[in-house]
Amino acid sequence: MKSVTLEVNGKKVTKTIEDHLLLSSFIREQLNLTGTHVGCDTSQCGACVVHVDGKSVKSCTLLAADIDGSAVTTIEGLSTNGELHPMQAAFKKHHGLQCGFCTPGMIMSSVDLLNNNKNPSDAEIREWLEGNICRCTGYQNIVAAVKEAAQNS
Amino acid sequence: MASSMIGSRVERTEDKKFITGKGRYTADITLHGQTYAFFIRSPHARAKIKKVDISKALAAPGVVTILTGQDIIKDKIGGLIAGWKIVSKDGTDMKLPAHPPLAHDQVNYVGDHVAVVIAESLEEARNAAELVNVDYKVLTAVVNTASAMTSEAIYEGIDKNLCFDWELGDKAKTEEAFAKADRIVHLKLNNNRLVPNAMEPRASIGEYNSSTDDLTLYTTSQNPHLTRLVISAFNGVHPEHKFRVVAPDVGGGFGSKIYPYAEDVVIAYAAKKIGRPVKWVCERTDSFLSDCHGRDHVTEAELAVRKDGIVTGLRVNTIANLGGYGSLFATVTPTYLYAPLIVGLYNIPAAYCNVKAVFTNTAPVDAYRGAGRPEATYLIERIMDQAANEMGMDRAEFRKKNFITAFPHQQCLVHNIDSGDYHAHFNKALELADYKGFAKRKADSAAKGKLRGIGFSTYIEACGIAPSSVVMSIGAGVGLWESAEVRFNATGNISVFTGAHSHGQGHATTFAQIVADKLGVPMANIDLVHGDTDKGPFGMGTYGSRSLAVGGSAISKACDKIIDKGKRVAAHMLESTPDEIDFKDGEFIVRNSNKKKTIGEIAFACYLPGTYGEIKSPLPAGVEPGLKETAFYDPINFSFPSGSHVCEVEIDQDTGVTKVVKYSCVDDFGTLINPMIVEGQVHGGLAQGIGQALYENAYYDETGQLVTASYMDYAMPRADHFPEFKIEYTCTPATSNPLGVKGCGEAGAIASPPAVMNAVIDAIGTDISMPATSEKVWQALRTKVKSAKKAA
Amino acid sequence: MKSFNYHSASTVAEATGLASKASAYLSGGMTMIPSMKMRLASYKDVIDVKKIKQLHGIKVSSKSVTIGAATKHAEVAQSKEIKKAIPALCTLAGKIGDAQVRNRGTLGGSIANNDPTACYPSACLALNAIIHTSERKIEAAKFFTGMFETALKKGELIVAVEFSIPEKSSYVKFPNPASRYAMVGVFVAKHKAGVQVAVTGAKAGIYREKAIEQALDKNFSEKALDNIIIDSSDLNSDIHASADYRASLIISSAKQAVAHCK
Repeated sequence: MKSVTLEVNGKKVTKTIEDHLLLSSFIREQLNLTGTHVGCDTSQCGACVVHVDGKSVKSCTLLAADIDGSAVTTIEGLSTNGELHPMQAAFKKHHGLQCGFCTPGMIMSSVDLLNNNKNPSDAEIREWLEGNICRCTGYQNIVAAVKEAAQNS
Repeated sequence: MASSMIGSRVERTEDKKFITGKGRYTADITLHGQTYAFFIRSPHARAKIKKVDISKALAAPGVVTILTGQDIIKDKIGGLIAGWKIVSKDGTDMKLPAHPPLAHDQVNYVGDHVAVVIAESLEEARNAAELVNVDYKVLTAVVNTASAMTSEAIYEGIDKNLCFDWELGDKAKTEEAFAKADRIVHLKLNNNRLVPNAMEPRASIGEYNSSTDDLTLYTTSQNPHLTRLVISAFNGVHPEHKFRVVAPDVGGGFGSKIYPYAEDVVIAYAAKKIGRPVKWVCERTDSFLSDCHGRDHVTEAELAVRKDGIVTGLRVNTIANLGGYGSLFATVTPTYLYAPLIVGLYNIPAAYCNVKAVFTNTAPVDAYRGAGRPEATYLIERIMDQAANEMGMDRAEFRKKNFITAFPHQQCLVHNIDSGDYHAHFNKALELADYKGFAKRKADSAAKGKLRGIGFSTYIEACGIAPSSVVMSIGAGVGLWESAEVRFNATGNISVFTGAHSHGQGHATTFAQIVADKLGVPMANIDLVHGDTDKGPFGMGTYGSRSLAVGGSAISKACDKIIDKGKRVAAHMLESTPDEIDFKDGEFIVRNSNKKKTIGEIAFACYLPGTYGEIKSPLPAGVEPGLKETAFYDPINFSFPSGSHVCEVEIDQDTGVTKVVKYSCVDDFGTLINPMIVEGQVHGGLAQGIGQALYENAYYDETGQLVTASYMDYAMPRADHFPEFKIEYTCTPATSNPLGVKGCGEAGAIASPPAVMNAVIDAIGTDISMPATSEKVWQALRTKVKSAKKAA
Repeated sequence: MKSFNYHSASTVAEATGLASKASAYLSGGMTMIPSMKMRLASYKDVIDVKKIKQLHGIKVSSKSVTIGAATKHAEVAQSKEIKKAIPALCTLAGKIGDAQVRNRGTLGGSIANNDPTACYPSACLALNAIIHTSERKIEAAKFFTGMFETALKKGELIVAVEFSIPEKSSYVKFPNPASRYAMVGVFVAKHKAGVQVAVTGAKAGIYREKAIEQALDKNFSEKALDNIIIDSSDLNSDIHASADYRASLIISSAKQAVAHCK
């Protein structure tokens, strides 16, 4: 067992956890932040993407103990004071989601893209999203949403 | 406000929860005192179970219980069912093996359910599962679709592994057409097996309340009422009136979540047995192994053509793989959902289709987005191309020559098509795709050393499933109507209950648009309730592009009843007669006067029928208080969406890599309620269809092991696979439902595989099967070069 | 995942001191964690080496680029210093996995794992890398010993990798359509002493394709590869690509690499 302190969505949390606990399980089961989803076992679907110290990572492939002291942002922590993040608003406006299961990971990944590249082309957006699988949207409206968010950020 | 709601691109009301991480999927639910289930699955495609030894595992830390096939027998839990009876051409009923939710005698595919370990934690369940010792006698597996009938019989009493040998169409008339044909075109086709891959893996949580004897199952279902009915009536787990099934937010279905699975039955049963909540969440690899797969046909088709290019007959022989058991809609998918559509949207006077459905030691195959219609469309659109090419005709012109032009049109097989204009969407698609400019684009590609091809696909599908009397007369175990309840609350807002289920389709928005339009109430005051058998009336769920055409129509009918009652109450309150009352934009108005009541006032009055000024009660004699109406809508016919798709591909000759560079489509879905949502449905369908054509394939090796059992080996379409799709519409409203809608959920997946394949084949000049992987294309090009060299 | 004890080491000595027969070093964990999750691997002790300062840092000299073993793929992909010296390394790192994998996965982890479809081993072989470990320096040619096998002894820890700077180089990856690992990846490096071409994804392990090297030594151009035939007898064959197809992809990828060499 390990004591781990993280800053999750701006709040400090300290928990005693098993050494092998995955960050995704920590977030979902210990903090009840179930917006982070798990859609595969091979780190490919991207439904579990969160930010650790500002960078997007797959929380299903990360030990919670490994990031002791880090700041974690999940989909629940993206909006501020009830205002949607521009990426969230753009997904809604452009119908960038259907069943919603891949959406949190898709949004977190897209936010990181804009952190790296303020004005990505369609091709750059599509390439960046290779680690996020969506079965519903055919990706077209996701690309539109990311472009819109780039303009509004 | 009201009339503008139909056809309006309203942003989805359900989105906010999803984009903020507040969606509530089954796996997100945690119940007090819950236990965790882990299923032990067969590692063999076919084996006898000699013994299941659970003694060591039972003693492992945290284990609550372990259930096996023997418990299923002891507690008389019934087997899984196939819900649609197909009768073979010799008049005999289809043959089905028993399908116990936990196998006790024999396992029939890799992933088949053998036992379930229930423990205090998932990890303990998994650890204990490693201690369960199953002694198998491995038998030879039957894997191949084409040779299943000549392989060893998997089941005693099911000769040739044949479930049924079924036919449709006038054989003699078709033979005659072929005898008279100027040309007969032959084509062999494989429709590759796919794994649906909804992004949310299946999950179930069972909860039993011993004091009230209530059993609840939370599950990832497109169809909670049917799940409840089947698990009650056939599996015998718990009586229907004491059993609640909740399908909360569901992360995609595509058909794979229509039917209750073995896990649903076992989790409900286990929760009742141990008296504690039991939670099961599927891992992706187990999803690959045990979710029902889609397609898997081997077909030989022949087309009879006159020398002027008029098609006079179609003859088809198909072998459909059902997998290890007969799943719920498995038998209707390759028969009534497939064969009637093989003639496409062409005026073909004679057609005949024989379908042999076979069992193999692979995962059960059932409805997957399009269910039968993609297979039919692939067949007709590929052979139309083949015919045009063989006869040296332009593929677009050849299609136009054969389109149905007058409506209603009775097809030679089954359907009576109410409306459509096929030339309209085809011509519009050719324009959208700039067919005229293709030659130049091909030359430009050639200059870069690349091959370019263009492919067309037209389609018709039978949606709005389905008129109950029709489907029950051909074997359906249930009627396929839909229910709705529109319930005004006293304060004027509305709860709408539907038997349809949304798992991405946006019903909360589209259905609210219908109600807002009908009743003149703002969208914000309308709440759509679905997915809970304790809340709404019995419903038939969502599949077959039916929700709007059938479920939406039920809502529309319920609204009509509300308006009817409202008129009676308003007339009484306004001292008029119901015939004198007009209802418009949420107001009941006495004709040619300024006397009116808003629908909110009427609702209030219905719930609080006290004295209103001069009137003792707002309710006329014989009218009950309250404002709530239920409607069951049974469609009078299927609806028939159609469309034309044009795909352009560019192929790298060195690597065989195919890139879809242009995709244009024009669909006729009848009236559109929310074009933004419709576009999203088309986009998603296209991605799945293009995925089938170029990337996806569920591959079993000869021993029946699924080689493509994870995203490491099953190629899922990603964002960088696609160009920006160009989408437009034509509109001929459906006459079979009050909304004029036809259904749009499956169109993309139906139309796109042949469009892509026709483009690939056009580019490389030789036939090739799906998926057209880079290696297959490379191989085809290499073979072509070799044979050209030989010829020279 | 089976339980284990997690240790975070802050020095090389601490890490190696913790190592045992039942331990494994954890860096980015991009392969190791999925393997443990699927119960394909389990350990008593998992020793996190990411926080060891010595395993970080990028040093560029006139002859070589030395990259700390715990350097993430994203850091390599975005490094301006590396881009000046060996741009192909940045290209390669920028194509590993996806954005999230590149934010976690590390150079040391990748080569210690030696997945036959991994990208980095090709760069090591083509760029005559020297693997600096807690105990010694190992030439790349002697480091990769077989499928998922390396010359590392139990408890030996990779500290840094030193790549020699070629005149020009390029990496071309043909991704597996499902996993997006390299179905074939070809690293072409033109050194003063000759051309070195390393191929990943095609065999049980990374190897140098001598036929291509010889042709390019004579004439460093795409054309020089027109008539080369790769012996496909010991190339991998699976559902995604037959040996013959892989052989063809090696040539087409090598041609592309030559065309983009800088």
